[in-house]
Amino acid sequence: MIARRLDVFLPLIGVAGLVAIWSGATALKLVDPVLLPSPASTFDAFWKGMDGGRLGFDFAKTVYRTMMATVIAAIIAIPLGIVLGASERVYRSLEFVIDFFRSTPASAMFPLFLVLFGVGDETKISVAAFGAILVILFNVAYGVMNARKTRLLAAKVMGASRLRVLFDVMLLESLPQTFVGLRNGVSLALVIIVVAEMFIGSQDGLGHSVFEAQQLFDMPRMYAAIFAAGALGYGLNLLFLLIERRFVHWSGK
Amino acid sequence: MTVAQHALRPDPSGVLSAAPGVGYTKRPHVTIRGLSKRFDSAVIYDKFDLDIPRGELISVFGPNGCGKSTLINMIAGLIPVDAGEILFDGMRLDEIKFGYVFQNYREALFPWMRAFDNIAYPLKMMNVPAAERKARTEKLVAHLGVKIDLNLYPYKMSGGQQQLVSIMRALVVEPEILFLDEPFSALDYEMTLFMREQLQKLFIESGTTMVLVSHDLEEAVYLADRVLLLSRHPARVADFTVVRSPRPRTDTTLSDADFVQTKAHCLEVFQREVRRA
Repeated sequence: MIARRLDVFLPLIGVAGLVAIWSGATALKLVDPVLLPSPASTFDAFWKGMDGGRLGFDFAKTVYRTMMATVIAAIIAIPLGIVLGASERVYRSLEFVIDFFRSTPASAMFPLFLVLFGVGDETKISVAAFGAILVILFNVAYGVMNARKTRLLAAKVMGASRLRVLFDVMLLESLPQTFVGLRNGVSLALVIIVVAEMFIGSQDGLGHSVFEAQQLFDMPRMYAAIFAAGALGYGLNLLFLLIERRFVHWSGK
Repeated sequence: MTVAQHALRPDPSGVLSAAPGVGYTKRPHVTIRGLSKRFDSAVIYDKFDLDIPRGELISVFGPNGCGKSTLINMIAGLIPVDAGEILFDGMRLDEIKFGYVFQNYREALFPWMRAFDNIAYPLKMMNVPAAERKARTEKLVAHLGVKIDLNLYPYKMSGGQQQLVSIMRALVVEPEILFLDEPFSALDYEMTLFMREQLQKLFIESGTTMVLVSHDLEEAVYLADRVLLLSRHPARVADFTVVRSPRPRTDTTLSDADFVQTKAHCLEVFQREVRRA
């Protein structure tokens, strides 16, 4: 019983193990200390940076851009995905185009978007939104198309019109898959934003922070920024999972 | 449907149809003429005719793949017919109220709605105001004496409870005819026995015409006023056996000489049709 209750702490073992190996490696000087600072100095840089320092500001910037991109993508992709999914023939006719651009690395679109939007925030956000749109669109359309046939028939047999079936059944049926799309979309948006912050004349953001620390050879700060980006990715995924559990309570049941 | 309302129906003798001979004199409820249906090259129905008597529970039984479910799905408008006419007292399907219970209750119910709202949903489709929807659903629940917590979401319920919710959802509109497609075949045996009793009770109380597809001969005979035995496709009526055992039927009915004989007769017809391949 007691052992079972302690099971919630199991994930901490991996963390402790990683920190232990890291500490050992730095203490024994197995790796050049310039390349791998100690956990303590990295944590110190992280804490000072996040606690009203530069890192916190960069973190907030990246959160803002990622969320903007995801929200814009969701606003465009969800209604479009429902329309496409509601008619399999419409989807089939656009499937190749969607799959093609979904498979195109969004980073390859940077130059094009730079020409369109200049070097400001718009470019970063719109490239990330572009990538996320296709991922969300694909998932929403599939969610709608794969609505349980029995459920659609049940609604039809009870006298629901086509529009009713779309809103009362297909839309709700697609929600679990929509959230899969949103989680993948926000992850992709974060990747694109961080890359964009590194290389597209950016003055702030986590990508810029990592890149700048590397240029200055400030390794504790670089590692701190990497961990901040990791925490952000993990946190965003968790946030969408929690929203899903709250609003799509029937998912997987 | 309440007992009082039922008494106002044009043919209240429906519930008594188990009495010998009575069933033959009644006006048919559903008339099927010249029904044809094919799937790719397989002819499932070819100029099929059938009369379904009013107020009776008809079980449909036959060899695998003979088109039992296809028949009720065509009558209920779930799949189109290639040719032929199906009328309900001379009216088309869209002019009558009917209910349909699916085999797969898990996929037929809406998991995002509580059980109560699932039951009330067909009334919403009929544009019944919210307050009246609630009142009518509550009335049905009270009438059936259902003791499950309808504030639960369907996925929190047992299989039998979910199927009971499905059946209530089909009954809430006070249908003239109820279709059931192997409604108990996804349930365990204990629950199946319980649900058979529930269905029989509902049938005796409402007198609604019911068409039940079953793959269990004992169940088909036990519940039915008549067993529709179909041949292999293209399906013909191999026999339309009258089950004379009085209602309410119980466990002892299963060993009554009359019941055993009817069941043996159905089995004989069934096996004859199976061998005909």
